[in-house]
Amino acid sequence: MLGLSPADWQAIEVTFKLCLYTTLILLVIATPLAWWLSAKRSGLRVAVQAVVALPLVLPPTVLGFYLLVALGPRGVVGQTLENIGLTHLAFSFEGILVASVIYSMPFAVQPLYEAFSNLSRRHVEVASALGANLFDRFFTVILPLTRGGFVVAATLTFAHTLGEFGVILMLGGSIPGETKVLSVLIYDHTEAMNYEAAHRLSAMLLVFAFLTLFVVYGINRRFQIAKL
Amino acid sequence: MILQVRAHWRRDRFELAVEMQLPLEGVTALFGRSGCGKTSLLRVIAGLERLKGAEVMLGGQVWQQGRQFVPLHRRRIGLVFQEHSLLPHLSVRDNLLYGYRRTPLPERRLHLAEVAAMLGLDALLDRGIDQLSGGQRQRVSLGRALLTSPRLLLLDEPLSALDTQTKREIMPFLSRLAVEAGVPMIMISHAPDEVERLADRVVFMRDGRIDCIETLREALARPDSPLFDEEGPASVLQGDLAPPTDNGLHPFQIGSERIWLVGASGRARGDARLRILARDVALALDLPGRTSVLNQLPVSVERIDPGPDGRVTVACRLADGQVLLSQITAWSAQSLALRPGTGAYALIKSVALME
Repeated sequence: MLGLSPADWQAIEVTFKLCLYTTLILLVIATPLAWWLSAKRSGLRVAVQAVVALPLVLPPTVLGFYLLVALGPRGVVGQTLENIGLTHLAFSFEGILVASVIYSMPFAVQPLYEAFSNLSRRHVEVASALGANLFDRFFTVILPLTRGGFVVAATLTFAHTLGEFGVILMLGGSIPGETKVLSVLIYDHTEAMNYEAAHRLSAMLLVFAFLTLFVVYGINRRFQIAKL
Repeated sequence: MILQVRAHWRRDRFELAVEMQLPLEGVTALFGRSGCGKTSLLRVIAGLERLKGAEVMLGGQVWQQGRQFVPLHRRRIGLVFQEHSLLPHLSVRDNLLYGYRRTPLPERRLHLAEVAAMLGLDALLDRGIDQLSGGQRQRVSLGRALLTSPRLLLLDEPLSALDTQTKREIMPFLSRLAVEAGVPMIMISHAPDEVERLADRVVFMRDGRIDCIETLREALARPDSPLFDEEGPASVLQGDLAPPTDNGLHPFQIGSERIWLVGASGRARGDARLRILARDVALALDLPGRTSVLNQLPVSVERIDPGPDGRVTVACRLADGQVLLSQITAWSAQSLALRPGTGAYALIKSVALME
């Protein structure tokens, strides 16, 4: 189909899985984090905000290198995992998933931070007074009033994970079915002078990325939420 | 029911230091200048600020003490803010029912139909929030808070964002609510006329501290009351408003005496309060003959307190026992030889029927 080889399909599957899991995990992590960041200004919060934004400025190789060191068999995290009978995370899907979550975090946190900052705390306080507990408040007040922020955060996270290359190459290598994602496969095709295959996948990604951003900016205009 | 609060809070240059035992019945006004800590105190009572070491107890129930802290959603407090507190993604009906649905069945004392009728909301139920005027929004906020059948209503300057006309429209609802809903209210206000109209008891605050807690009657009986800071002393008289007579004026009966009111048409009849500024009341030893001043009441001088700028405030007792304040110059008081017990006539230049 579409002239894609089984190897291409395998990469697409890995990529899609990675993007989906990353997005779901990040929504769960970024929501409370962004809420906490937007609650008040304090030195600690500004510092955390800066740490979250680091992947925006660091070369992916730097992040990939430190993750390799930490998650590998002799790293702090990797060794701990081995000690409790699990395997280290270098060159594995779980490893690149952890990397993606960290690498795409600013793209999930920032839109939510903006959305929460624009949300009137009064509405949330009123909901408490009316007897709504934390989860109730989240689903009946916060989420409906900031849904634009959530759509933007999810879409950007998904799209940004799609574009990952450096971090995955550093930490995951290029293991088919495990860590070989589309961006890495395109690199491999190009290295092997298989321009036709590289072309097909690149064009696909290009169109997909455009559509995603088109949707995000459309939503952004409607809800006036995230500034990126 | 007694509300007990102990709180100390220091932030930047602001300090809140409160220890009070407040009997809660009817309407209690928290009165003071902006920045005196009224809102902070209200937030502590609501549990929106969790201060270290603060204690809040209502009746026998502990809301905050030591490590114990009952979160706002379990306190059953009705909160009404100045403005913009309706949930914008819900209709009027869903706003009203938001708290009602979360109130346990056996606790529900007030229901949608009666609250909507009490606040005149029947025609608005299916509207969106953006189709409401400022006054209507405040009425919905009030109704929404009431529908949780709260143990206590906290109102943070519920009228201050409204124009005079709208205020006039809401006031009767508020005072009716205090009586009919049977929920004690604490209302923040910096407007003396609101306090005089609605409150039964006043908590005076200054610089983060509580000056004193008085009944409205006590507060109005002292000429140096903070309620008088802006317009000078004023009296509030209770009486009975009747429909206009042939002269086009409404008689307002105070015991056996009456005051004539202009332009009170369309107002509720029956029990009403009049507000009379002391500077609008002159005193005469004899009834003046021909004068344009309509309202002349026999009084007996009770007390004379020195005021600012060579004036004195004369507290006069009306025939039915209510007190009317008059502000005149010390010189006038001296030349009329006023002293406690002197019989005189109060000439009232202007009165305001409280909305």
